[in-house]
Amino acid sequence: MNGVHDMGGMHGHGPVAPEDEKHEPLWHAPWEARMLGITRSMTYPKGFNIDRFRHIRELMPPHLYLARSYYDHWYAVCVAALLNGGLATKEEIKSGHAAAGSAKRNDAARADQVWTSQKTQGIFTREVATPPQFATGQRVRARNINPTGHTRLPRYVRGKVGVVQIHHGGHVFPDTNAHVQGEAPQHLYTVAFSMRELWGADASARDETCVDLWESYLEPA
Amino acid sequence: MTASLSDHPHHHDHARDHAHSDVPSDPAVRTKALESLLTEKGLVDPAAIDAWVDAYERKIGPRRGAQIVARAWVDAAFKAQLLQDATRAIEPFGFLGREAQHLVVLENTAAIHNLVVCTLCSCYPWGLLGLPPRWYKAAPYRARSVIDPRGVLAEFGLALGDEVEVRVWDSTAEIRYLVLPERPAGTDDLSEPALAELVTRDAMIGVAKVEAPKGKRA
Amino acid sequence: MSQHSHAHDHDLAHHHDIHSELPPDPALRVKALESLLTEKGLVDPAAIDAWIEVYESKIGPRNGAKVVAKAWVDPAYKQRLLSDGTKAIGELDFLGRQGQHIVAVENTPDVHNLVVCTLCSCYPLSVLGLPPAWYKSAPYRSRAVIDPRGVLKEFGLELPEHVKIRVWDSTAEVRYLVLPARPAGTEGMSEERLAALVTRDSMIGVGKVSAR
Repeated sequence: MNGVHDMGGMHGHGPVAPEDEKHEPLWHAPWEARMLGITRSMTYPKGFNIDRFRHIRELMPPHLYLARSYYDHWYAVCVAALLNGGLATKEEIKSGHAAAGSAKRNDAARADQVWTSQKTQGIFTREVATPPQFATGQRVRARNINPTGHTRLPRYVRGKVGVVQIHHGGHVFPDTNAHVQGEAPQHLYTVAFSMRELWGADASARDETCVDLWESYLEPA
Repeated sequence: MTASLSDHPHHHDHARDHAHSDVPSDPAVRTKALESLLTEKGLVDPAAIDAWVDAYERKIGPRRGAQIVARAWVDAAFKAQLLQDATRAIEPFGFLGREAQHLVVLENTAAIHNLVVCTLCSCYPWGLLGLPPRWYKAAPYRARSVIDPRGVLAEFGLALGDEVEVRVWDSTAEIRYLVLPERPAGTDDLSEPALAELVTRDAMIGVAKVEAPKGKRA
Repeated sequence: MSQHSHAHDHDLAHHHDIHSELPPDPALRVKALESLLTEKGLVDPAAIDAWIEVYESKIGPRNGAKVVAKAWVDPAYKQRLLSDGTKAIGELDFLGRQGQHIVAVENTPDVHNLVVCTLCSCYPLSVLGLPPAWYKSAPYRSRAVIDPRGVLKEFGLELPEHVKIRVWDSTAEVRYLVLPARPAGTEGMSEERLAALVTRDSMIGVGKVSAR
């Protein structure tokens, strides 16, 4: 979707103003740590996956997306997932307590499963039956598509021509996976776009940006 | 200090942070304080503020645009001139002014439906239509008009056939666009003022059609 | 317009309803959420603690630093790292969530690499730990791809004109690790000592490693 999250190239957000690596805290407040732990270990509705998580985050009202801090985005996603999946009600979220007489589950992820989850989860490579359409070194154009659902094709590359740098094989396709319509893996490529191609004649003649794009985002150029 | 995705939690030197985080959040309170301050410093004359408010409350509004539309419906020569050079054509009305110095009038027909927006901010033909409605200036309208005009029109209850071409006009410059809606059937016997009464502001933006008065609809 | 293909997702717009009815302070909301989930058996607080422990003590940029130092001292490893980052990092057992598919990109005198995720905040957690707040912020996400030199300047890094900057936008599950250049004046240093020099920022690409 063409949401406010699709930020590449936007102006007006101000300086990066980084904290010194040597002094920055891991958490800026204790609740951030709790929110990370909750997000990692909470029970989600059936079929939930990382692409859905990202999409629900993109659906945050823009003013909240920009105003709320990072882990507060995770809060918004978890709450939306619980409400949409029927795992909690609005009243329960507001009160912080289970409704009287509501069922209690006993299958939440356990502490002793955490390290294994950290080591083994998150493998997204998949077999794809068809051969790759593109080869490294080939010129491709990112298509001008504007899906209203989840996509990982940023607006700033649509319609632009680049060169395939890497072919990664088959990867889970987020545009379908986010909507629980299946993994539908596609060949994934890293495509390099010159800065001039992206931003016009006043941009650097030398620099480039590389973007990971699935086969259906691309057409021959 | 509240962190946000657009402001790093610990930087102090960006001027706009201070301006917006140290004043009360209620715009009514802030505006009152601003008016008081500007008055005290002689940077504004409250009577001038009152005069502007009066202008938009009582003098400048969509009845102006409606008069132009009604005239175009009854006077073919005027209509031709209006479509050719709107700014010149409406000079005699005395309506030209701020946000209405460079005008283009767009004619709706059975084949073409025009819709006006300003995606970048909220440009609008104030001099002919008065103050823009809130929805016109809001993100949903600004974002969706150019990518999904039919969806936007559907929200206004207007469904157009596939054979109708929708033309969206994004007011990126100082040209201001006024839609000349189709004259509804069954209004042949109405006087020019009576016709003007039928013309809605929404029809002149392009999110509605003009309807014949109740007794005369098909 | 594919308006209707996601009709069943309209319920996802629940975001809009509830937030005006909740307190603005995230600390209160997260506390309430944890209590609720615990009461309903949807989370085990001990698992939350365990995840916090993972990122506080078990995983961090020292992992990536070890990869870099090894590549500096062992040319064969560097070769393997650059041709198949996942496999080479797997040799050191540093693969994991948000770090199962890794490409290492080498800084040279002519090319400087910079990593970002413009769409959200994707980051190679398994080798660098949790990302810094600035990496996930709108300024970095918006500017890294359009003004990388300006961004690097904010980090105190000014690159000569002839150096090509390559920005990697992590739009998929491939994670990028910058292999910074080994600084002069470190000849003969042990792998351990070299690893101690490698900063997290240099492995994102916003800094260089110095010999100190």
